[in-house]
Amino acid sequence: MNARAIEILVGLFMLLFLAAMFILSMKVSNLTSLTTTAGYTLIAKFENVGGLKERASVAASGVRVGEVINIAYDPETFEASVTLSINSSYDSFPMDTTASIYTAGLLGEQYIGLDPGAEDEVLQDSDEITLTQSAIVLERLIGQVLFSRSGGS
Amino acid sequence: MSDFLQRFGRFWLGTVERLGRATLFLAQLMGGVFSLIKRPSLLWKQLHASGVMTLSIVLVSGLFVGMVLALQAFNTLIDFGQENRVGSLVALTLVRELGPVVTGLLFAGRAGSAMTAEIGLMKATEQLSGLEMMAVDPFKRVFAPRFLAGVIALPMLAAMFSAIGVLGGHLIGVEVLGVDKGAYWSLMQNSVSFTSDVCNGLIKGLVFGFVVSWIAIFEGADCIPTSEGVSSATTRTVVYSSLAILGLDFLLTAVMF
Repeated sequence: MNARAIEILVGLFMLLFLAAMFILSMKVSNLTSLTTTAGYTLIAKFENVGGLKERASVAASGVRVGEVINIAYDPETFEASVTLSINSSYDSFPMDTTASIYTAGLLGEQYIGLDPGAEDEVLQDSDEITLTQSAIVLERLIGQVLFSRSGGS
Repeated sequence: MSDFLQRFGRFWLGTVERLGRATLFLAQLMGGVFSLIKRPSLLWKQLHASGVMTLSIVLVSGLFVGMVLALQAFNTLIDFGQENRVGSLVALTLVRELGPVVTGLLFAGRAGSAMTAEIGLMKATEQLSGLEMMAVDPFKRVFAPRFLAGVIALPMLAAMFSAIGVLGGHLIGVEVLGVDKGAYWSLMQNSVSFTSDVCNGLIKGLVFGFVVSWIAIFEGADCIPTSEGVSSATTRTVVYSSLAILGLDFLLTAVMF
């Protein structure tokens, strides 16, 4: 086969590779969400984060508005400190917004739900959400049920 | 008894000696790779021979592997009501493991054995000695282009395998089995990370390409220059490449994931 045909075929091979990488990065993986619009960060401290993982959704009224970017343990307040990244276009959450950890479905992944409050002042970048509700830990729930049943009867 | 010990010791010493020869061969290969910059036409020809020619088997296998994965995953997941996660399972399995490994095995069988047979035949027909007589370094002229072509082609083929496998999974899962199309792709996008899954798969492909090309070219250059020698070198390439791919896959998975 002459050199020109070889070069054309190798060029097509490269193009096919680029197409495959395009499919893998855009359609298959989460690359599109890595390059979404800029966001601002908020901190929320929880007593128990349960099964919350990094990159979990942050939703307001069920609509995804951001994601969890860091979960750390604060040894001074003995609480978990969760860093959220909220989409810049949603910048009007009041100062008394509540952040709660919910479970998607019955046994699904956990996510953070934001319930807006009624204050006028708005949360800015690096502000802390003071009203938080921790995840429901199954063992404590069972313990509560047993305690209330034995206390009642 | 002592006879057995002698043979045992000789076998293992022979293996270690071969491994040492292979490592020195690799060092010379790396030296030859640098001079390829001056003569890239050699590389294109070998990319065509190793990469383009392996394309058809990789694409067809990828399609069928993706389809089979979707089918098997669906049969199991539907018991838990999680059949929407077919996409996620197919994509993660392909991108992390099956893409690089199966492509590596196919490459070793098709392109690796071809490389070994070609180089072995060049050695048997004294073409390599002829080149050396003409003061042409066979490492630069013959071995390095094939080596670099294998290293470049295998991760590319692995990516194509994974991509067409995901599309095949879509074909079976969404069109035939009735999984929700939006759920197929969105759950997949949520669970496949570009940096830790796709890129790690490419790194695996790179490592496998390195090892398969090294084994193939070394076996060819080191074979006994008879027809029987060439044939046993070709089978050794396929067997050792396959074992190396599977062993390295375990190591890399343990390190990466």
